[in-house]
Amino acid sequence: MKYLLLILSNLKRHKLRTALTMLSILVAFLLFAYLAAIRTAFTAGIDVADLDRLIVRHKVSLVQLLPASYEARIEQIEGVDEAVGQTWFGGYYQEQRNQFAQMPVEPEEFMDVYPEFVLSDEEREAWLSTRTGAIAGRQIAERFGWKVGDRIPITASIWTKADGSQVWDFDLVGIYDAGKKGTDDTQFFFRYDYFDESRPEWGRGLVGWYTVRIDDPERSAEISAAIDAEFANSQAETKAEPEGAFLQGFANQIGDIGFIMTSIVAMVFFTILLVAGNTMAYAVRERTNELAVLKALGFTDIGVLGLILGEALLLTAIGGGIGLLLGWLMVRGGDPTNGMLPVFFIPDRDLVIGIVLIAVTAFVAGILPALQAQRLRIADALRR
Amino acid sequence: MSEAQPPPKDSLVRVRNVDKVFRRGSEEVHVLGGLNLEIPEGEFLALMGPSGSGKSTLLNLVGGLDRPSQGEIAVGDVRVDRLSNRKLAAWRARHIGLVFQFYNLMPVLSARKNVELPLLLTHLSRSERRKRAEIALDIVGLSHRLNHYPRTLSGGEQQRVGIARAIVTDPTLLLCDEPTGDLDRKSGDEVLDLLQALNRDQGKTIIMVTHDMQAASRAGRTLYLDKGQLSTEANV
Repeated sequence: MKYLLLILSNLKRHKLRTALTMLSILVAFLLFAYLAAIRTAFTAGIDVADLDRLIVRHKVSLVQLLPASYEARIEQIEGVDEAVGQTWFGGYYQEQRNQFAQMPVEPEEFMDVYPEFVLSDEEREAWLSTRTGAIAGRQIAERFGWKVGDRIPITASIWTKADGSQVWDFDLVGIYDAGKKGTDDTQFFFRYDYFDESRPEWGRGLVGWYTVRIDDPERSAEISAAIDAEFANSQAETKAEPEGAFLQGFANQIGDIGFIMTSIVAMVFFTILLVAGNTMAYAVRERTNELAVLKALGFTDIGVLGLILGEALLLTAIGGGIGLLLGWLMVRGGDPTNGMLPVFFIPDRDLVIGIVLIAVTAFVAGILPALQAQRLRIADALRR
Repeated sequence: MSEAQPPPKDSLVRVRNVDKVFRRGSEEVHVLGGLNLEIPEGEFLALMGPSGSGKSTLLNLVGGLDRPSQGEIAVGDVRVDRLSNRKLAAWRARHIGLVFQFYNLMPVLSARKNVELPLLLTHLSRSERRKRAEIALDIVGLSHRLNHYPRTLSGGEQQRVGIARAIVTDPTLLLCDEPTGDLDRKSGDEVLDLLQALNRDQGKTIIMVTHDMQAASRAGRTLYLDKGQLSTEANV
C-alpha cells in the first residue's frame, strides 16, 4: 500500500499518454463486456439447456414436420418421461419487423417439460381452460405493452388459417417469468388444439419437433438412439439429440457466434497489449536513471520489478475496470435490438473472465519492461 | 598495488587489492588495479582525479552499487563484495546515503515524498516517515519547501533535498558524487557547508568525489586517483 503513491505518481507523469492508454484499454473491455452479452443472447439456450431434455426432429431437416402421433410412441420408449410437440409459427405482431418466436404447444405437457417458464396458478388454469389462450414471456410482453386479458393478433407468414386469413387472434392469459438466468422470455406460446383445428387440412396432425424429458441424463445417447430406432425406415425418420447439442447446431446456422466473438475480442486485446506494452516500455526506458536511483537507495531487483508490474496493473485495472463497468451499465440499459434478443446480459462467468483478463493484460504488457528494470545494473544506468 | 597512506586505526571502510575491469565489446578496460584504501569512521574524504580515473567507480564499489572484479571491500564488519544482490540492497538501504551530481530526485514527487523514499523500505509508519522526512529537510534548511516539486526548486535546493534524502535513514556512510558539480559557487558553498556540518556535528563519514579543488579543501583528507592508483598528491 505504501508504494501506491509512488506508482500513482508515475502514472501521472505523462497524463495524456496515460489517459490515452487507459482509454484504449477501456474501449477494449467495454467491447469485451458488450460482445459477451451478444454472444450470450445467441447461445443462452445452450447454457440453460437441461441435460434431461432431448429434441427430436425430422432426420432430413428442421423444416420437415413430424406426425403428431409420434408423441405417444416416444412416450412409450423406456426412459422417456414426457414429450411435447412444438411447431415454428413464424408470425409477427402488427408490423413485419416485430418478429419473435411463437409456438403452438400442449399447455400441460409443455409446463411439465419446461419448468423454467414460471406462471402463476391462476394463469396456468386460465391457459388450460381457454382454447385461444396464449402466454408470453415478460420481456416480449413489456416490449409490446401487453397485459393479461389483451387480445393479441398475430399475422402468420407460414400458417394461414383454413379460411385463408392470415391473422390469428389470441387471448393473453399469462405472462411467464424466467425461472433461471438466461431463460428466454421473449417467446409466445399458444395452444396446439386451437392451432391444429384452425390450420388448413394439409398441415393437420403435424408438429415441428418434440421436446422429450428423460429420466436419466446419463442415458441420453441410449434413449436418443432408441427413439431414432423406433422411427427408422418410416416416412419420417427422426434425429434425436440432447437439447444443448440441438441449440448449438441451431446457433451455428448463423455462424459460430462464440468463435466470431472470441476472434474479435482476441484481435482487440492483441492491439491493446501492443498499446499497453508500448506505454510500459516507454515508461521504463525514459526512467532508467530513476529506477537505478531507486535501486541505489535500496529497492531490490524484485521490488523494482513489482513496482513496474504494479504500474501496469493499475493502468489496466483502471481502464479495464471502467470499461467493464460501462459495458455492464450499457447492457443493463437494454439490448440494441429493442427487445428482439431472447436474453441480454453479461454472465457472471464473463465478468470474472474480464477481471482475469485485466490481470493477464497487465502482466503481459508489463513483464518485459519489468524484467528490463529488474536486470538494470545500477552503476551502468547511472552513467547513462 | 598502491598504498595511499598508512591505514588508520578503526577503519570504517577497507578496500583491499581491488581491481575493476569493464568490458567494452571484446576490449577489457582496467579502471582500478590492486587498489587499497582505508577510511576511518567520521572522516570527510575527498577523492579527486581526472575524468575516467575511476573515482565514481570506487565510490560505487564502496557503496555496493557495483561489484569489484577482484579484491575485498568491507564497511564496518560487512564484506560488501560477498553480499547477495538482495542483501546488498538491504545493506545499502540501511548504511549508505547517496548524493548525486544531478540530484536524481523523482520529478513526480514533492520534496518531502522524495526524502521519504528510502524510508518506504523500513517498517516505519506513515506518520513516522513523514516526521523523519520533515526533520531531514529541516536539517538542510528546506522546511519551508516540503511540498514543492523538484522543478520548482533551484539547483542548490534540489541538491539539499538530495542530501536530506541521503541522511534521512541516518546511514553509516555518506557517498557524494560531485555534489557541487552542477551548482554555481554560492549554492555549491552552501552544500559544502552542509556536508561539513554533517561531518563535524553528526560525525558522518563522508566520501566525496570532486573535480573542484575548493570543494576538496573542505574535506579532512584528499586523495588523488589516476590510472587506477591512489596517491596523496596530484600527479601534474
